[in-house]
Amino acid sequence: MAAHNFKHALFCAVVTMVIAFPILGLNLVARGTRVGLEGADASTIISVFVAAAIVFFFQLYRDTIMGNLGKLPALNPLAGREPMPQAKRVKLESWALTGIIVLALFWPFFVSRGSVDLATLVLIYVMLALGLNVVVGLAGLLDLGYVAFYAVGAYTFALLSQYMGISFWMALPIGALLAALFGLVLGFPVLRLRGDYLAIVTLGFGEIIRILLNNWTSITGGPNGIGGIPEPTLFGMEFGRRVKEEGNTSFHETFGIAYSGEHKVIFLYLIALVLAVITALVIRRLMRMPVGRAWEALREDEIAARSLGLSRTAVKLSAFTIGAFFAGFAGTVFASKQGFISPESFVFLESAIILAIVVLGGMGSQIGVILAAIAVTILPELAREFADYRMLVFGAAMVLMMVWRPQGLMPMRRIHIELKRQE
Amino acid sequence: MLDVKNLSMRFGGLLAVDQVSLDVQEHEIVSIIGPNGAGKTTVFNCISGFYKPSGGKILFEGKEVQGKPDYKISRLGMVRTFQHVRLFNKMTVVENLLVAQHRHLNTNLLSGLIKTPNYRSREQKSLDRAAYWLERVGLLDLANRDAGNLAYGQQRRLEIARCMVTEPKLLMLDEPAAGLNPAETKDLNQLIVSLKEDYNVSVLLIEHDMSLVMDISDRITVINQGRPLAAGTPDEVRQNDDVIKAYLGEA
Repeated sequence: MAAHNFKHALFCAVVTMVIAFPILGLNLVARGTRVGLEGADASTIISVFVAAAIVFFFQLYRDTIMGNLGKLPALNPLAGREPMPQAKRVKLESWALTGIIVLALFWPFFVSRGSVDLATLVLIYVMLALGLNVVVGLAGLLDLGYVAFYAVGAYTFALLSQYMGISFWMALPIGALLAALFGLVLGFPVLRLRGDYLAIVTLGFGEIIRILLNNWTSITGGPNGIGGIPEPTLFGMEFGRRVKEEGNTSFHETFGIAYSGEHKVIFLYLIALVLAVITALVIRRLMRMPVGRAWEALREDEIAARSLGLSRTAVKLSAFTIGAFFAGFAGTVFASKQGFISPESFVFLESAIILAIVVLGGMGSQIGVILAAIAVTILPELAREFADYRMLVFGAAMVLMMVWRPQGLMPMRRIHIELKRQE
Repeated sequence: MLDVKNLSMRFGGLLAVDQVSLDVQEHEIVSIIGPNGAGKTTVFNCISGFYKPSGGKILFEGKEVQGKPDYKISRLGMVRTFQHVRLFNKMTVVENLLVAQHRHLNTNLLSGLIKTPNYRSREQKSLDRAAYWLERVGLLDLANRDAGNLAYGQQRRLEIARCMVTEPKLLMLDEPAAGLNPAETKDLNQLIVSLKEDYNVSVLLIEHDMSLVMDISDRITVINQGRPLAAGTPDEVRQNDDVIKAYLGEA
C-alpha cells in the first residue's frame, strides 16, 4: 500500500487517541465539595489503545477491505430474477395487503396490553410518515417542522375538550382541518423557497409552535400540559369503569361483560388502524391522480412543470396542506391515547424521526415508509436494555443505509400504465 | 397571432435584448437565429413568461401577455421546450405526458378520490392522447420506462410530445436539434413540418443548424448582440450583407 495510506492511518489513530483519551480515560470524581481528576482504570486505557490500533489498521488496509466488501454476495439474492408480470404482482400484493389488514384487526385480542399500546403508537407514526411522505417524498419539499402540525392536531383536541367538552369524533375532523389550515398558512411564505432555505424556515416554524404552546400558559397550560383528555367513545359508550359524561353509557355494562382495561386500548388501536388504512388509501389514490403527478413533476423539475402550465403555488400548497391534514389526524389520536399532552411531545427530535422514517423507507414509497415506521418505532422498544446506545445505533443504522441502500428499504416503484395503440 | 413589439430585457447594466420585434402568423414557422449569446433564449424566456421584460409589448392573439406568470401563458396555448432537455426524469414516459394534461383533467379532488364516471372518461381521454403522441414520435414501446433513461434523441422527441399533448396554438422550440445526429435532425425536420401541416400549430424556433432552419422556416429573424439585425424569408436573410458578416462568415 502507498505511503500516503500509512500517513493517513497514523493521523487517524492519533486523532482517535486525542479524542478518546480525555473523554474515556479521565474521570471527574467528587472529593467532598471539590472535584478532582482521576485516571480511569487500566482496562479503559487499554481499550482506548485497542480502538486506536483498530482505526490504524483499518485505515491502513482500507482499500483492500473495501474492495473485498464489494465482492461480498449482494444483500438481495433475488435481485437478478425477472420481475413478475405486472398484473400477477398487483393481484398478489392486494391479497397480501388485505390479509395483513385482516390479521391486524384480530391480532390485538390475543396479545398483551403493552403490545397493543405499542402498536397504536406505531400506527400513529405510520400516519405521520405517510403524511410527510407527501411533502418530502413526492413533492420534494424538505420539511423539518412537520411535528408542528402533529402538535396542532393534538392541542386542538385537548383544548376543545377542555374548554368546550367536544368529543373525540368531533375533534378528529376539526383537528385535521385546523392542521391543514396551518399547513396552508406555512405554505404561503415558503412558496419561493427550496431545499436548504425551506428546511430552515420549516424548522423555525416547528419551533415557533412548540415555544408558543410552552409559553401561552393561560390557555395551553405551558409546560404543565393538558390532562384529562377524553377517550373516544363508541356510539356514546365509554370505555372507563365509570361513566364520566352525562348521557353516555358504559361499554361493559351495555354488553353485560366484565370491565377490562384492555377494551379501551384495543378500541384505540382499532381506530388508529382504520385511520392509518384510510390515510394510506387516500394518499395512494392521490398519487395516481393529476395532483399527485403534479407533486412529482414539481420535485423533478420546477421550471419544466411551470412551462406546462402547472401553478407552483397550487401544487406546493396542496402538498403542504394534505401532508399537514394527516399529521392533524395522527395528533388527535395521539392526544386521545395519552390522555395528557405537553409541548415536550413535539420537539424537533420527533420531526427528525419522522423524516428518518421517510428516508429509510424510501422516498415516495408507501410500503417502504410503513415498514420503516414499524421498524423505527418497535426496535428501540425491543432494545430497552441498550437504551443508552439507542441514538448511537440509530445513527449507525442511518449511515449504513445511506451507504448500501441510499434509495431506502423499498424504493418507490413506478406505476405501470397500459396504453392502447391508437389508429 | 404572436406579436412582439420593441421587446427589451435588462439585467442590471447589461441590455440583453434591445428593441427586438417579431411576429408569428397562424400556420407559420418562424426562426430566430444569431450567434451564441445574442439573446435568443432571453427573448424566449420573456415571451414564455419566465422573465418579466423591461420594455416592449408581447401580444398573443391580440391580448397583452407581457409580465404574466409563466404557467398562465402556457395555459393560453404557448408552450415551449428548453435548450437543455427538461423532463421529469424519475417519472415514466407516459406520466410525463399525463402531467402535461392536468388542465384537461382538472377536476376537484373528490371526484378523483371516488373515481366518478366523468373523471374516468377524462382520464381515459388523456391516456389516449398520450398514446397517440407517443406513437407519433415513436416512443410507444418505451411508455413505461423512466424518462431519464431514454436516449438523448428520444428525450428530445418526448419533450416535443409533452408540449403537443397540451394542444398548444404556438409551439416554441429552443434548439431542438442540439446534440442530434444528422438522421435524427432529418426526422425532427419532418416532425416540425408535420406539426404545422397536420396539427395546425405555429412554431417559433431557435436553432443553430442552418440546414434545418433554411429548410423549414417561412420567415427568419436574425438577432445579434441583443439587437435585431435582419428579418425576412430564408432567401432574403441568406443574401443580407449584415447577416453574412455577423453570422454566416465573410467568405
